[in-house]
Amino acid sequence: MTRLRTEPNIFDSDGFFQELLDLHRDCSKDESDALNISLILLLANHIGDREVLREAMKAAACVSLRSEREP
Amino acid sequence: MRTFETPLYPYERSPDHDAPAPARHPVVVVGAGPAGLAAAIDLARRDIPVVLLDENDRVSHGSRAICFAKRALEIFDRLGCGDEIVDHGVTWSRGKVFFRDRRIYEFDLLAEEGHRRPAFINLQQYRLEELLVRRLRDLQSEGRPVELRGGSRVTKVEPAADSVLLTVDTPEGPYRLEAEWVVACDGAGSTVRRELGLEFAGRVFEDHFLIADVVMKADFPTERWFWFDPPFNPGQSALLHKQPEGLWRIDLQLGPGVDREEEQRPENVVPRLRQMLGDDIEFEIEWISVYTFQCARIDRFRHGRVLFAGDAAHQVSPFGARGANSGLQDVDNLVWKLERVLRGGSPDSLLDSYDAERVPAADENILNSTRSTDFISPKSETSRLFRDTVLNLAETQPMARPLVNSGRLSLPHVYLDSPLQSPDTDGLPARTRPGSPAVDAPIGDGWLLARLGDHFQLLALGNCAAETGCAGVPAGIRREAPASGSSAALGIDVPDDEPGLEVVRLPAGRHPLLDERYLGDAPGALYLLRPDQHVAARFTDYDPERIASAFRRASAQETDDP
Ligand SMILES: Cc1cc2nc3c(=O)[nH]c(=O)nc-3n(C[C@H](O)[C@H](O)[C@H](O)COP(=O)(O)OP(=O)(O)OC[C@H]3O[C@@H](n4cnc5c(N)ncnc54)[C@H](O)[C@@H]3O)c2cc1C
Repeated sequence: MTRLRTEPNIFDSDGFFQELLDLHRDCSKDESDALNISLILLLANHIGDREVLREAMKAAACVSLRSEREP
Repeated sequence: MRTFETPLYPYERSPDHDAPAPARHPVVVVGAGPAGLAAAIDLARRDIPVVLLDENDRVSHGSRAICFAKRALEIFDRLGCGDEIVDHGVTWSRGKVFFRDRRIYEFDLLAEEGHRRPAFINLQQYRLEELLVRRLRDLQSEGRPVELRGGSRVTKVEPAADSVLLTVDTPEGPYRLEAEWVVACDGAGSTVRRELGLEFAGRVFEDHFLIADVVMKADFPTERWFWFDPPFNPGQSALLHKQPEGLWRIDLQLGPGVDREEEQRPENVVPRLRQMLGDDIEFEIEWISVYTFQCARIDRFRHGRVLFAGDAAHQVSPFGARGANSGLQDVDNLVWKLERVLRGGSPDSLLDSYDAERVPAADENILNSTRSTDFISPKSETSRLFRDTVLNLAETQPMARPLVNSGRLSLPHVYLDSPLQSPDTDGLPARTRPGSPAVDAPIGDGWLLARLGDHFQLLALGNCAAETGCAGVPAGIRREAPASGSSAALGIDVPDDEPGLEVVRLPAGRHPLLDERYLGDAPGALYLLRPDQHVAARFTDYDPERIASAFRRASAQETDDP
């Protein structure tokens, strides 16, 4: 049974997405990377549930690594 | 002359040298490091004759281990030298973590209350070995059957049908010995391992580390300081740790491919230390050396009549202080089994459980120390970025601090999948489940672990304390005489005229922490404890047949499911 929510769950998704990109606006590549890692760690800690985190890592790997490796 | 330069057990010609045929001994321990010394002490206490051989005649050269964890201290208590060791050590609980030029946070390891021993002490390895040699000498003068032969290097190991032939080289030439059992504690470069042609497989780390022991001329706080990527050692790490006698340990990561000789020159070390400690701190260098390490183990720790323990069996990185600590736990696990096999109480398959229990323990230690090493020296761009981000976050966000890994406290392994252990009973606290080392607790003006001996015992708690008749424990459990200095001498009520398992009774309500750790919400419980004070089985009601079966299982006299 999967516990990671994959159905839409964010109110005002356009607003959220803009906020996320705004955060990175004046960042160098390195700064953006560090920012992303901080975000991952803060959110992961908030979630706390290892099973959910594992499923999220799996889902992310499934999408991102496939598109990277099969251009 | 410094401690580690003083001959403690100078070579003397052994009568075995002139024997017409190789003299036969029940147990020969090779190597008098922490593991070998502890093994010889434990065997001698159990009146098992033991010969301890070391190529050297003195304690570990220079500066090595400093951090000894609680479980090791509890083992020293069982061996009868816990007080001396703890009295010589120092404890600390405060630490600081630095990243680049900033102090990112401070911590205080508030230890759980209700334990006789602290979470760890710092003590120089050579000091520890000196105290262990002293304990061994005391046993000798009490007439215990132990011999420590210095200047005796094992050069050849030949397994035979029911023994092992050892060739021992001495300043007066070689002689041969026959051992029923060999405990190989001859360190990371083990000759015994090489002689048996065993592979030591694992991961070699490229990094070099420089250790310097310094005496501070002025007050300096008793804290552990750890630096990631500091200005005085860019791209690397550094550690400052307190030792007794005004000594401080400094550990500087140097990176791969360095010139060892060059790095150890005082003119290169001193300016760096000055930068690290500040200009106004006066210090004097006692010791400098450079080390590298690997994380490796042999596939099995028992090879017929040869049993490997300590660094000879497994090596870890120093981060997390798991080397000597785990070697001591190996010995703790092994010696009672060897005693039972030698006395005929158990078949020699009991020794296979040494392998089954200590190999996973070694893997756990290797895993932990490898994780620390990978955090301290990230192996890729991405892992460095994650590491650095964790450190930056840790400055303001407490959530990131548990991710900072500069070495984890060495905790004892729980033998969860051991063949010796019986299935658990529901409703009792997790921390004392079968496989766990008994957790200490205050009982009156003493301590639980001090009340426990080093033979099989039944701990009867809560309402089970009253109802269990010692005589009720069925025949088939042979009661072993407690070694002197253990439970009998400590005034436990052991009825001499009753056969069966020795019972330690501690009724409920008098010792709140004991009840919390062993009973939880249950009204009573019975714990079957092994001679190494690990829990073999536990029950919430008194069923003599199940207790007897758990005992037979824990002593390898019954291997099918109970
Ligand atoms: C810098 C550093 C810091 C460390 N810090 C810690 C720490 O804080 N805590 C911790 O628990 N561990 C620490 N360790 C690891 C610890 O030092 C070792 O794990 C420990 O010494 C292993 O003990 P041992 O008895 O197995 O082997 P050793 O201590 O290596 O002893 C082996 C003995 O065998 C003898 N010998 C070797 N070959 C033969 C032969 N052929 N015949 C006869 N005798 C022989 C040697 O003379 C030696 O006395 C540290 C190590 C280093 C290098």
